[in-house]
Amino acid sequence: MGIEYLVLLLLAVMLAAVVIAVETRDLLSSVIAIGAAGFALSVIFLLLGAPDLAITQVVVETVALVLLIRLIVTRRDTADETQTPRDALRTGLVMLAGGVLLCGAYFALSGTDGVIPPFGEPVLGHKPDDAIPPGVSADYLARSAEQTGAANAVMAVLLDYRAYDTLGEATIIFVAILGAYAVLRRSGRKKHGIEEADT
Amino acid sequence: MTAGMTPIVKNTARLVSGFIAVFGIYIALTGHLSPGGGFAGGVILAAAAVLVVLAFGGQAARKIFTPAQCHLWDAAGAGLFLAVAALGYVSGGFFVNFIGRISTGQTFRLFSGGTILVSNLFILVKVSAGLAGAFLALSALRRMRGGGAALEGGGI
Repeated sequence: MGIEYLVLLLLAVMLAAVVIAVETRDLLSSVIAIGAAGFALSVIFLLLGAPDLAITQVVVETVALVLLIRLIVTRRDTADETQTPRDALRTGLVMLAGGVLLCGAYFALSGTDGVIPPFGEPVLGHKPDDAIPPGVSADYLARSAEQTGAANAVMAVLLDYRAYDTLGEATIIFVAILGAYAVLRRSGRKKHGIEEADT
Repeated sequence: MTAGMTPIVKNTARLVSGFIAVFGIYIALTGHLSPGGGFAGGVILAAAAVLVVLAFGGQAARKIFTPAQCHLWDAAGAGLFLAVAALGYVSGGFFVNFIGRISTGQTFRLFSGGTILVSNLFILVKVSAGLAGAFLALSALRRMRGGGAALEGGGI
């Protein structure tokens, strides 16, 4: 029970950080607030017993934060456009509608016979005294060491049982980096720079 | 900024970057024994490269690793991971743990888990080279006074 309140507290911290990131005028403060949200997320992963995810989240967050700060510091400026009250109202209404929709969907689908399982009980898991037959996760936990020889069951799932998903993830990273090269390539950039200098 | 940062940062980077790189490789190679894995290890290894680029400047870092090398290793890692997947056909299907079918090894030993260790190694190569190359390409980018981006010799 204690963990739930800690997670709620961290979620509140994340929400505050994200709101600050959106509302502040200084880009550096905004980036640091996003970093705070990311580190809070990694602590949540750790509390929920997912050290693999927590390690990845911390590492990626750190590198992304360094990169963003490096890009921001070269050009210390603030957000250009000033927000009128009308714009703020519109944004607030859209966000409120989205939140209400998500809350409604959660309460409609959760419950004793709902689609969404209660907090802390994943879909693939099972309770020992449950009438429902156990999901595959019990089988993974029981037999992954014997079937794959890997002591870390998470890696056994990622790179053996569900390796297709990992291949998809690797493809996404590959394509994303390919896109970054295409945007940052020398020839296109040079031409663009000359055009910018002329005007 | 073209010559990198101050001597304090440079000396610290000289001391620390090697350890960061070794830790990244360790995280990836023991992914099947403890939390971690190829992706996290690759990002840590790329963080060592980012540290070198930031401390010594893009020009000096290009003497250690060039963008062409990064592209090559990135593509090679992706291709080899796909090759491991395709080699699963040796024992029946795509992504079948063909080494594990012969012998899974002793659990908690380094050489266990069959293709999981090999896949982690290739993902490490792919992710680290990709991120380092992207950061190197980004380091050549320098903002001009009037906005817009232009190519400069020094970069970061």
